[in-house]
Amino acid sequence: MTPTSNLVVTALGLLNYWVYIFLLCVGLYAVLVKGNYVKRMIGLGIFQSAVFLLYISMDKVDGGTGPIFQGEPVAGQIFSNPLPQVLILTAIVVGIAVTALGLALAIRIKEEYGSIEEADTQRMDREA
Amino acid sequence: MTLSSHFAILVVVVPLVMAPLVAVLPSRSGTPWLVATLTAFVSFLLAIGVTQQVMAQGVLLYELGNWPVPFGIGLVIGPFAALLLLVITGASLGALLWGRASMNQEVGEEHQSLLYACWLLATAGLVGITITGDAFNVFVFMEISALASYVLVSAGPSRQALTATFKYLVTGTIGATFYLIGVGYLYMMTGTLNMADMADRLSQVSDTAPVLMASGFIVLGLALKAALFPMHAWMPNAYRYAPTIVTVFLAACSTKVALFVLIRFDFLILQPNLGDHALLFTTILMPLCIVAFLVGSTVAVFERDLKRMLAYSSVAQIGYILLGASLVSSAGTTAAILHMFNHAIIKAALFMAVGAMVLRYGSSRISDIAGAGKSMPWTMAAFCVAGLSLIGVPLTAGFMSKWFLIQAMLEIEGIGYLVVFLILVSSLLAVVYIWKVIEVAYFQEPASMPQGEPPRLISEAPMPMLLMIWLLAIANIWFGIDPSLPLGLAGMEVQQLLGASR
Amino acid sequence: MSQSTQILLALFVPLIGGVLLTIAGRWPNIRETITLTTAGILMLLVWSFLPALLAGERPEAHLTTLMPGLSIAFKIEPLGMLFACLASLLWIVNSVYSIGYMRGNHEKHQTRFYACFTIALSAAIGIAFAENLFTLFVFYEVLTLSTYPLVAHKGDPQTIQQARVYMGILLATSIGLLLPAIIFTYSVAGTLSFTPGGILEGHLAGPALGLLLLMFVLGVGKAAVMPVHRWLPAAMVAPTPVSALLHAVAVVKAGVFTVTKLILYIFGPDYVFSQAGTDWLIPAACFTIVAASVVALRQTSLKRMLAYSTVAQLSYVVMAAALLAPISQVGAALHILAHGVGKITLFFAAGAIYVASKKTELGQLNGIGRRMPITMVAFTIGALSMIGIPPTAGAISKWGILGGALDTHNMLVILTLLASTLLNCAYFLPVVFRAFLLPENVAPKKDHGEAPWPMVLALSTTALFTLAFFFFNGIPIALEMQIYRGAP
Repeated sequence: MTPTSNLVVTALGLLNYWVYIFLLCVGLYAVLVKGNYVKRMIGLGIFQSAVFLLYISMDKVDGGTGPIFQGEPVAGQIFSNPLPQVLILTAIVVGIAVTALGLALAIRIKEEYGSIEEADTQRMDREA
Repeated sequence: MTLSSHFAILVVVVPLVMAPLVAVLPSRSGTPWLVATLTAFVSFLLAIGVTQQVMAQGVLLYELGNWPVPFGIGLVIGPFAALLLLVITGASLGALLWGRASMNQEVGEEHQSLLYACWLLATAGLVGITITGDAFNVFVFMEISALASYVLVSAGPSRQALTATFKYLVTGTIGATFYLIGVGYLYMMTGTLNMADMADRLSQVSDTAPVLMASGFIVLGLALKAALFPMHAWMPNAYRYAPTIVTVFLAACSTKVALFVLIRFDFLILQPNLGDHALLFTTILMPLCIVAFLVGSTVAVFERDLKRMLAYSSVAQIGYILLGASLVSSAGTTAAILHMFNHAIIKAALFMAVGAMVLRYGSSRISDIAGAGKSMPWTMAAFCVAGLSLIGVPLTAGFMSKWFLIQAMLEIEGIGYLVVFLILVSSLLAVVYIWKVIEVAYFQEPASMPQGEPPRLISEAPMPMLLMIWLLAIANIWFGIDPSLPLGLAGMEVQQLLGASR
Repeated sequence: MSQSTQILLALFVPLIGGVLLTIAGRWPNIRETITLTTAGILMLLVWSFLPALLAGERPEAHLTTLMPGLSIAFKIEPLGMLFACLASLLWIVNSVYSIGYMRGNHEKHQTRFYACFTIALSAAIGIAFAENLFTLFVFYEVLTLSTYPLVAHKGDPQTIQQARVYMGILLATSIGLLLPAIIFTYSVAGTLSFTPGGILEGHLAGPALGLLLLMFVLGVGKAAVMPVHRWLPAAMVAPTPVSALLHAVAVVKAGVFTVTKLILYIFGPDYVFSQAGTDWLIPAACFTIVAASVVALRQTSLKRMLAYSTVAQLSYVVMAAALLAPISQVGAALHILAHGVGKITLFFAAGAIYVASKKTELGQLNGIGRRMPITMVAFTIGALSMIGIPPTAGAISKWGILGGALDTHNMLVILTLLASTLLNCAYFLPVVFRAFLLPENVAPKKDHGEAPWPMVLALSTTALFTLAFFFFNGIPIALEMQIYRGAP
């Protein structure tokens, strides 16, 4: 294989990581730049999914199957690493709780201020 | 297998288990507060027991479920962790004992069972971060305490508590997630999550790209959680709009725990293995810390709200703590650990005194508490003592911290002298903002009422509040004269931290 | 009782008195009795150390050790003994005066006033008896903090503003300059104990030593060396008993006492002035003397004039301590005493004039000598002491300083002494002249004679002290000779 195609294959093999970086940046952008509370929660969710992707990508073993016993274990069978998957389950649960809390806050903000735009809430606080 | 050998795990299990119990108690009866306080008291006793064990043994190790350590989760409690345990459980207990009237007034009796349940969860989370020896476990407990804190902060009386909590939530989650990314990279390279094991294995793969990235993400994430400048923006409003009882608790310990993780992670895992890391740690963190305490103190001077003024003062104090740690010397680290402890008792005392004034005056604006020196003499006297401790007058805890910090800085030629000068400048700024409050309280007449209304009768703070405030004020003086407890634990820890990295 | 118990008692008796008089706040006569009794007991405790000191003993006491090398401990040596004797003696006189002043003026917050005095005096004793620099610093700060309520006593906006200047300068110098100097000394020398011959020899030399000296001298803001002197005129908004005891005796004397102690026991006079970079001290002190005297000349308020006169007189002590002649160092210590009794007399007189006639400006004082003869005679004695004319206390100390200047052939000091003596005449003598020889020009609101009798009693007593010191100065001189003869 030529060096160029070597590079391309390697790059494609790392596709997971490219996607993770992309999602990370998109999520962070949304959180930092957007002025709408719900959009920021969406951004936060995207940001957290990026991390989930990172963890899961790292635990895939070449040629490994899902880490579940099916009947008697066979010698020489390769499993993917279950530990990061467990970690990510935990992180997903945490993410759900954070999203729920954030959205509840957004609803309460809407009730109190009448708007979920940060510009509006800041203006109303200044005028108060 | 006696009970005492399980103290380590009980410290976190007791509040964790009691939390759902508190949640189902009827709110209006006052029992949530009672049960929460008793639980906090038990945790505090357990923390004392743990500290005694640590002072005898040096380090306490405990394997969860008897799974051997690299495979299972282990608890590692060193002297620094023991000191912080005392701070966390003490702050939790102290704030609860102090804050019943304040909670009733600011939050109302409606949802108290849920709030006190979250309080216990927050305590359990903070304790868990301190004692665990597993990197991912830190993340889990960090999020437990964070989520509980978000709920607590959002319960504040004004609607601005909601937007402040949202900002806190977003920033905190980003910080925790950065930390998670960092741990992920480290796991990728070392194959383990146990911190001691990681430290061993890291030397073989140090200076690879993922590890360098990991160190960056971890430090950044923890700095976000610790409110290090310039990532401090969430803190002033969160402290300002939260119920005052929550502010007392959080100001005393929540950011300290993040600093604890940062210092331990860095000194144990990153510095021994990454060649340049110590140098980078100092070069990047020291300027940030200097800016932190200068900017924090300066903004505090111009603040017109008492709680926000104290919050910016905390930004400055966090700068001091991390400044000591950034020196990567035994003197600096001792100063940092000592100031973590001292700042907790100083800020807790200040916020308690301020909270008593908020209770009586119904406002936390400085101009609204005019004449407090006459109407609430004991409260203001305690505020003066704690304020002098913040400034660093001799015979107070704050003076001890300043002494050690300046001594540590003087060990560095050249730039050390400049930093000492800047530290003293910010002490003088502290004099200015504390004195502003003292002048308004003692020398200004109380705000006059509109025509025809009788003058407001402001009485002294309720006795439980007053007792707690004075207990902490006396603690400030006690630890200013006899700092042997925090100093001894700091010394033990420094030996372990810096001895290990040699 | 043992000497060490007696030392600790001397520290705590004023504080106990303070607590008692706060409880007795509602019964003014009991409260005042407690103040006088406390002051009396303190004087007995302090003065009874004199025989031991004269015999060469150095009583010690230890309170607590914070860290190895940092302790709160006490050790009485001649200089500290003199300061403590002065402070404790004059507290009694000042308390009598205060009773007359506070009641005569119907002042508010009298309990707070007397209580803060007890804390301030306790701090002064702590400074006088300190065994090491750390102990001295602790009590130095306590003195600053306890005098704030006294300076801000009146509570009106202008007073608060001046009190801010007072605290601002004193805290800025102590936290910004004195504290780092102390920590630096500790890290370099390993100890902070006052040791004859100093502790810095062998550890620090050259320009660094000069810089440290600068930090110390400016850091001890209470010594009022220019440019950190502004707190002293600012403190004149305080009631006159405060200005009299504190800003003529306790606070300012603590300042120059500290500087002298630093030179004698931390730096070591022979060592420090042999190094390059330390010879700025005498010119700085001389400048302060002359400049402050010139500014005093231009003042229109009596108390501010006295304040600037104090700034100048304080630098006499600094200047004398820096001259390497034994006789001038004795003169420096004597001047602490002489200026104390002289200035307190002057302030007492100023306060008496205020209470009797509500006059504060120099221009209003014409002819007041006829209405208040005793007061103005006392004022004259005090003024003569400042100028240095026999038979007053100031004459003795000034001769000592002049003698030292002649011994070391220091032309700058000799010229400064001459110039400042002339300037002193220029601003003091006109007051005396006006008071006695000019007819009254500003009619007082109501007819008045002397001030209330406690005040007149007090100022007569201190005037007598000023005269007596000229004749009975054996003990202070004997104590001082112990220092430079090499006894620790």
